[in-house]
Amino acid sequence: MFDSHNSTSPCHPERSNPIRFANQIAQSKDPFCKRSTKDLARRLCNNFAILTFLTLLLLATTCISFAQDWVRTGSGLGVEKVRLAVPDFKPSSADPQNTALLKTFNDTFWNDLDNSGVVELISKSFYPLQVPGQPPEVTFGVWNSPPPNAAMLAFGNLSVAAGKLTVQGWLYDVKNTASPLVIGKQYTDVPTDDAARLIAHKFADEIIFRLGGGIPGIAESKIFFVSDRSGHKEIWAMDYDGSNQRQVTHQLSISLSPRISPDGSRLAFSSLTKSGWEILMYSIDLDRLVSFPHFGGTNLSPSWSPDGARLSFSSSRGGHSEIYVSDSSGGNLHAMTTGRGPDVSPAWNRKTGSQIAFVSGSTGLPQVYTMEADGTNQQRMTDQGYAVSPNWSPNGQFLTLAWTRKYGPGEPGSSDIYLMDIASKQWVQLTHDGGRNDFPSWSPDGRHIVFQSSRSGKEEIWEMLADGTKLHQLTFTGRNSQPNWSWK
Amino acid sequence: MKGINMKRRVFQSVATIIALSAVLMLGACHKKAAPPPPPPPPPPASPTASISVSPDTIQAGQSATLSWQTSNATDVSIDGIGAVQASGSQSVAPTASTTYHLTAKGSGGTQDATTRLTVTQAQAPMATTPSPTDEDLFGQTVKDIYFDYDKSDLRSDQQADIQADAQFLNQHTNINFIIEGHCDSRGSTEYNLALGDQRASSVKNALVSAGVTASRIKTISFGKEKPFCMEENEACWQQNRRGHFVYQK
Repeated sequence: MFDSHNSTSPCHPERSNPIRFANQIAQSKDPFCKRSTKDLARRLCNNFAILTFLTLLLLATTCISFAQDWVRTGSGLGVEKVRLAVPDFKPSSADPQNTALLKTFNDTFWNDLDNSGVVELISKSFYPLQVPGQPPEVTFGVWNSPPPNAAMLAFGNLSVAAGKLTVQGWLYDVKNTASPLVIGKQYTDVPTDDAARLIAHKFADEIIFRLGGGIPGIAESKIFFVSDRSGHKEIWAMDYDGSNQRQVTHQLSISLSPRISPDGSRLAFSSLTKSGWEILMYSIDLDRLVSFPHFGGTNLSPSWSPDGARLSFSSSRGGHSEIYVSDSSGGNLHAMTTGRGPDVSPAWNRKTGSQIAFVSGSTGLPQVYTMEADGTNQQRMTDQGYAVSPNWSPNGQFLTLAWTRKYGPGEPGSSDIYLMDIASKQWVQLTHDGGRNDFPSWSPDGRHIVFQSSRSGKEEIWEMLADGTKLHQLTFTGRNSQPNWSWK
Repeated sequence: MKGINMKRRVFQSVATIIALSAVLMLGACHKKAAPPPPPPPPPPASPTASISVSPDTIQAGQSATLSWQTSNATDVSIDGIGAVQASGSQSVAPTASTTYHLTAKGSGGTQDATTRLTVTQAQAPMATTPSPTDEDLFGQTVKDIYFDYDKSDLRSDQQADIQADAQFLNQHTNINFIIEGHCDSRGSTEYNLALGDQRASSVKNALVSAGVTASRIKTISFGKEKPFCMEENEACWQQNRRGHFVYQK
């Protein structure tokens, strides 16, 4: 998404809009922010992708109409989002199961497209009374002109016959009446609610992939998190939209910091065992714990390398909490940091695998640092306050983190989610609405961030677009924290 | 003023009524003066009773001897024991202090006598369960160590407590224990667990320096997972920033 290879005109003033960006920066009272302005201007053309991204991010916070433009690829910048009409899919058989499955499918499909941030969904109140369920039923004139004025039309039908659920779906370019077909798909599965939801996710992902610049959609991704609703803090999982919440671990202790492996087969987490806090390994495929060595001391906050071959975590086995790296089976253990202050919460660069961000209290309040994956070249990223929970963007250019910029006794500051450009250390605040916000985790497409927030009165999981918009709550039962989005 | 007058008036009325009543009654008695009664038969001898316990103080589990004498009594009983002989003695072993109440009834009336046996609770060093005592002493003596915000080094005002803790633990070398590191609710979960770990280690290191064997000590960090106090204010946060001692064996 942030790659600039699609960009046809990297320094087009209309698209990067440097004047407005500069105004934004100048208005900021923060000296750290001001300093960066000159550097940024100097790198205007050779660092176009970052600039564009930040420009649009800043615009988005003040200018509603630009709110989600930044998520487009380079070629799509400055272009209106595709206006997509999504009439409810129609039943194509008379099976009584149709009604319930249709509702599940239609609700899920609409939400997926709405959450994607890629398209502009046209309100159903603008649709004609007769909506198509099959290609011959499409009347182009009523869709491609006002009131719907759609560019694209997603439609189809659902049937249950002979114990099978079949969904046919099409995406039509309704302005191109000569050859409108963009996507035509048929899905067959068992006639269950879960299957209807999965098919909706799959078809939505197809459309988002096609209209969102070739980045796979996230409708089939999962979010792992900590919930106390069973009476103990256990690891739970849910679909990316908050549906299908289910308990994964049954440790009857305190389990924290779930991190799913890049291939989705294993879940590393930390849990209070008889011998103290240890990293435990859960096989999603086998649906049980698999062996992982106990290291002694307090072992916390695992993080996977993007190739899934190595694991980083913090351990106090040597006396102080340091960042360690082992292979994925726990062998070949090496300490990456030294020193007195607690080092914790490593996060691997998801793109390159060559860097690790982490939190260190070596200078007092915890700050976010980066280092090479061999422990060299440690760089402090945050300049003040209380900065924790770094998470790397899928393209490797940005960190999201939880930061209380003014922190300490008597300071009213709250923990908010921030986004930081690694190269310039330039940051943008994404949450502003109170509560303690922590543990941001990026979606696989880089468009969304899931995090925990106490804004509703207790800790719950929330999701937003990576510019801070489209905020919505995913969990409502018990206290829920530390979300971790799957890699795909 | 009104109230006081009212009260005075009421008192005067009451006094008058009492005086009149007394005069009337005296008059009545005087009128009905009975003829002298016939000489009464010699009254039956009144019963006598005495009771004693020896020794009068025992420890729980020991016994004492109760002795009693009566005369001119037909029914003799002791509360809690029942009917007994006119005179006798009996061994008793109550678990709590008891007052023995002797009642002697005869045709000449009833006579009571009491005695009290004090029972003290055992303080013997050879009590039946010695381990809870160690645990009690541990709980009473060993003080938790408190920390400053975001810090894991020992505060100067905590040195006296840690030295006292070390002294007790050096005198009771059979006790193994856990030091739990706790943090206040403000910080982030993972960082607080690491900070709690450092706090527990700080306390452990100080004890080891003061001569406590390291193998007796286990440390666990709870971060902000098990707060002692749930409110959001400095007094409460301070309660939660501590190294907490837990008796193990």
